[in-house]
Amino acid sequence: MTSVGLLEFARGPALWFSLGVLIAGSLWRVFAIWRLGARVDLSEPRSTHLAAGALRGIFARMLIRKDFRNSRNLGSFNAYLYHIGLAFIVFGYLPHIRFVERLTGIAWPALPGWLMYVAVGPTVVGLLIALLERLSDPVRRLLSGFDDYFSWLVTFLPLLTGMAAVNQSPALESAAPLYPLPVAIHLLSVELMFLWLPFGKLGHAFLVFFSRGITGAALQRKGAAI
Amino acid sequence: MLEARKAPDAAKAAAEFVAQAGRDVAFQLEACVHCGQCAEACHFHLVTREPHHTPVYKLRPMLKAYRRSRAPFAGIQRLLGLAPREPGAAELTAWSELLYDSCNLCGRCTLVCPMGIDIAGLVRRAREGMAAAGFAPEDLYKASGHALDTGSPIGVRWPALRRQIELQEKETGLRIPVDVEGADYLVILSSIEVIAFPEVIGALARIFRQADVSWTIPSAGFEATNIGVQIGSRDIAAALLERVVDAAERLKVKYVISPECGHAYSALRWEGPNLLGRPLPFKVVQITELLDQLVREGRLRLRGKDARRLAFHDPCQLVRRGGLTEEPGRLMDAVSENTVRTPAQGAANFCCGGGGGVSAIHRAERLRFAAFELKKRQVEQAGAEALVTACANCRNVLEEAIDERGMTLPVLGLTELVAQYLEPEAAKS
Repeated sequence: MTSVGLLEFARGPALWFSLGVLIAGSLWRVFAIWRLGARVDLSEPRSTHLAAGALRGIFARMLIRKDFRNSRNLGSFNAYLYHIGLAFIVFGYLPHIRFVERLTGIAWPALPGWLMYVAVGPTVVGLLIALLERLSDPVRRLLSGFDDYFSWLVTFLPLLTGMAAVNQSPALESAAPLYPLPVAIHLLSVELMFLWLPFGKLGHAFLVFFSRGITGAALQRKGAAI
Repeated sequence: MLEARKAPDAAKAAAEFVAQAGRDVAFQLEACVHCGQCAEACHFHLVTREPHHTPVYKLRPMLKAYRRSRAPFAGIQRLLGLAPREPGAAELTAWSELLYDSCNLCGRCTLVCPMGIDIAGLVRRAREGMAAAGFAPEDLYKASGHALDTGSPIGVRWPALRRQIELQEKETGLRIPVDVEGADYLVILSSIEVIAFPEVIGALARIFRQADVSWTIPSAGFEATNIGVQIGSRDIAAALLERVVDAAERLKVKYVISPECGHAYSALRWEGPNLLGRPLPFKVVQITELLDQLVREGRLRLRGKDARRLAFHDPCQLVRRGGLTEEPGRLMDAVSENTVRTPAQGAANFCCGGGGGVSAIHRAERLRFAAFELKKRQVEQAGAEALVTACANCRNVLEEAIDERGMTLPVLGLTELVAQYLEPEAAKS
């Protein structure tokens, strides 16, 4: 297969298949859990503003509680670094916005190009630190398994291949990439992540709203700190 | 359930783990990103630095059973041979130490988890599987047997309480109402209070006398503690709760006062209706809540304050897990002129080390004494001259640990402290 053929495959059947798995797998994961059902809590609530508690749970846990901020939280601050960096790159880089626009017709203003270049460095470093911490910290090493390392890999690969494809991906919808192979590889690496996301810990991208919301509502019900 | 310990059955534990995994539990089991932050919140991990004391790691057997049988992709995983194996007897025996000895169900891990996973709540659920299948600590099975047989985990029966009531009547000169039908409030007590801190009964008599509260103590169903929620047996927990409900219904009270005992409050106030499968026919009020209310309504008149540097130890099940976040502080301010704050006081307070049934597990004693080191440092940092708390189990555990360290630090009960500063004339009348 030629590099142009590979790019067509990556932009065509591979993309649609991976998106299908991503969407169907994620929906099934949520539905399969949801259908397990929940018992009605019969205790008399101290507060009935459960939706507010759920929302507080979702947003409050984005920040480390003051009581737990200390020098051992490096991993937590690093998590901010690469999550924010990834968000900048995925949603702010013009070629990515064009890509989404081509698929959905939805577009939004891009962040300045220089900001992308600035964001890539800390994000790569942040992800490497995350891996090193997972390998070196006894607690994280104990907790980690295949899912953790493979999830790291499928997150890191698009970043790596994206750097290789930078300036190769057309900013304009009509333009063709000068060298199709790096773009094809980048797309395939993204599709690998799409294929894995619903099944492993990357599912926290959507599961986080449920787990935080459930606990937030439960603590609100008791009038306890969220 | 008590027979299970004679023949531990791993398959039964796995089945119960799975049975516990409803929607809320499943979303939380699925959401963990293995960040390890819960380890830095757990006092047992902080003092031992043992990775296996990481709170979420304690859920591993439950997680394996869930992933094998109930998770969204369990069927495919089993088909492909990728599903985890069910936890075996050896693994569960090893995990008994992790799910019981080194977990107070204190919920500090829940508070720190960036994914909002209620790890303490999940450990409570995992204990259901462990207890039902015979993998809970022997001491907790014994205490459960005592509680079912005598009403109390340490065998305190009515004659023992009656004797303490008589002594407190002599001490205070007040009549302590027993089995008074139609009283507003039913006072139940923990065995530790009856045996180690009976002065609390006299303190309540003086307080309720001044506030003109109609109250009574039941001669049957007076035990507030619930070993069932600690070992993780909803059947035992419900059976013990029924006795309190029976007493309340027999005496036609409007309120049941949960005494100075953290888990007793959790068991009755939050778990009670769900364990019994029906709303309670009375309102549950924790003694700290009631005292705070009486002070704010002006029904309790206080005079003078304790001049020592007093620090309040927040019982986890009242404050962090129970939602009584303001009341203890207001009461402390009412009776103490020099309250000092320990680091992370309030919702993030460190557990005494004995909650969640740990104080009843003999083999866990060394570990809980070790965990006290963190509390000791905080108390020293605050320069406290005495600790005050609103849980008799915390009080007992703290006193034991203080004694073990050769320290001299009094531990006071908040109810008794309030009674001590009642306006004298009113108290006498």
